[in-house]
Amino acid sequence: MEFLSYLINGISLGSVYAIIALGYTMVYGIAKMLNFAHGDVIMVGSYIVFIAVNQMGMPPLLAIIISMALCTLLGIVIERFAYKPLRSASSLAVLITAIGVSYLLQNLALLIWGADPKSFTSVVGLAPVQLAGGRLVISGETIVTIVVSAIIMAGLIFFVNNTKMGRAMLAVSEDKGAAQLMGINVNSTIAMTFAIGSALAAVAGVLLCSAYPTLQPTTGAMPGIKAFTAAVFGGIGSIPGAFVGGILLGVIEIMSKAYISTQLADAIVFAVLIIVLLVRPTGLLGKKISEKV
Amino acid sequence: MNMLKTMKKSTRSNLITYGIVVLFYLVMQLLASGGVLSNSMQGMLVPICTYVVLAVSLNLTVGILGELSLGHAGFMSVGAFSGAVYWMIAGQNLPSVLGLAIAMLIGGVMAGVFGFLIGIPVLRLRGDYLAIVTLAFGEIIKNILNAIYLGWDSNGFHFSMKDATALNMGEDGKVIINGAIGISGMTKASSFTAGIILVLITLFVVLNLINSRAGRAIMSIRDNRIAAEATGINVTKYKLMAFITSAFLAGMAGVLYALNMSALAAKKFDYNTSILVLVFVVLGGIGNIRGSVIAAAVLYVLPELLRGLNDYRMLIYAVILIVMMIFNQSAQVVAWRHQVWEKLSTIGLFQKLAQAKKQNKGEA
Repeated sequence: MEFLSYLINGISLGSVYAIIALGYTMVYGIAKMLNFAHGDVIMVGSYIVFIAVNQMGMPPLLAIIISMALCTLLGIVIERFAYKPLRSASSLAVLITAIGVSYLLQNLALLIWGADPKSFTSVVGLAPVQLAGGRLVISGETIVTIVVSAIIMAGLIFFVNNTKMGRAMLAVSEDKGAAQLMGINVNSTIAMTFAIGSALAAVAGVLLCSAYPTLQPTTGAMPGIKAFTAAVFGGIGSIPGAFVGGILLGVIEIMSKAYISTQLADAIVFAVLIIVLLVRPTGLLGKKISEKV
Repeated sequence: MNMLKTMKKSTRSNLITYGIVVLFYLVMQLLASGGVLSNSMQGMLVPICTYVVLAVSLNLTVGILGELSLGHAGFMSVGAFSGAVYWMIAGQNLPSVLGLAIAMLIGGVMAGVFGFLIGIPVLRLRGDYLAIVTLAFGEIIKNILNAIYLGWDSNGFHFSMKDATALNMGEDGKVIINGAIGISGMTKASSFTAGIILVLITLFVVLNLINSRAGRAIMSIRDNRIAAEATGINVTKYKLMAFITSAFLAGMAGVLYALNMSALAAKKFDYNTSILVLVFVVLGGIGNIRGSVIAAAVLYVLPELLRGLNDYRMLIYAVILIVMMIFNQSAQVVAWRHQVWEKLSTIGLFQKLAQAKKQNKGEA
């Protein structure tokens, strides 16, 4: 029973990682860049919900929608002003710029909201569910997280495979030049990817802070790194890969915390990543790219 | 002067780099003895040397070998901890110069061994995958160091992953690494002079490596791995050589850093430190060793100089980072800069400058 409860917690944490990883993987697939600032968008999204709910007294759902809208806007603005000018620059230059954006967001948050951790009140109103005669208790947050991420995943797969914009994204990730020749507006497709990724980051932020309720300017950094690891784990650029990678990572993390050592949990997560990459150098579901001479 | 002109271009350029370091040392010593240097500035001299060494050694991996590493702080921490442990049990009883030198050697060798162990699997991967794995290794090292308890008594080392009481030491035992608290109660041994000597050694090693047969082999791997392999260059060997040298130097820098403090905790060496060093390398110019030296020194001091702006300083730092990247790398901005330059060169004052620039280009 204990094992089952850890497993469910792991899947729940993993679902959050999966949602964040989707943002990383989509941006990587299309713009071929590591968006280091993605984790900090999560933090901004959480602060917006925190302020809307705790200080302005808005209903949680409205707050989340506002947060998603603002994060979408933030994602588009970042892409337009920081990344778009560097479209043809080396990937390292873009990476450093992304790091700069990450510093910028963290320090802006520090200035606006201060360094002291805020305690985030859960936005989930669902009571814990008791199963097996009270021996297995699943919190409302856990259930909502898993359900929401399943919906997001299904929606995203449908969007990518069945809508014009989604197919344009696939085409751009496949071959930017050819996509442009087919009449796809590459720039707006990339902007759209950032918008979707950032909106998802807002959702992930709310779910994360509902389960782990301390909010400070560096809140997004570690989940960001872990989700990025999850994206690489599953094969970066692959949407199902991000999902599988995220869930596995969450389960491994919770299991090692429960059965091995709390302090070494992160080390174990990263060690598993390294082993997977050594066996399958492009991740679990990544495509193998043959090298041309 | 004549000698300078007849010299090989690379030798001349290297001498300028050494000269800058020595000049920096002399100026700082003069300012310090004149009492002009503020206390906080004096406290930054050793960290500046540390970060210069880190940036130069990381540039060897990123710029010369062409592999993006995000785990440089991991090697630094391995060096820092092994050097500090040696210092705690034996080094501090020796004359301080000798003790420091041995501690640095031990730190460097330990980091080099880690570089070897990590390098074998990691260097099979490429690009972003290599970046994430080096980041992962850095985090693993940090986490493990955070959980280690190490004690020393007359029977030798005692080791535990649980807590300090589990060490089971004799009466004369003392705890050296105390889990997340790390090492405390160290006597300081690093000095600005030692730091500058380490910087010079690092420059000597890296610049000579670059201008050697091995260095050219490493750069050929960077430029085209398949072509290099086809010409008979042992790719794994040279990749490892660069990676281990880089780790070794980072380990020595770690010791310099550690012995400048009275306490040492593993959480200082997280990926933010690695990224900070990477930022120095990129802004100094990838593959440009002199650039790394200058960028590391200037950018390390910059937040301090902006101290008057208090809360805004890191914000300004971030903005400078983004603006500089766009200014240097964006295709449109570079084109715009050339246009402006063309226009300016029609104005009298700038004509001479433009001509001088053209001549320089002709020479190169």
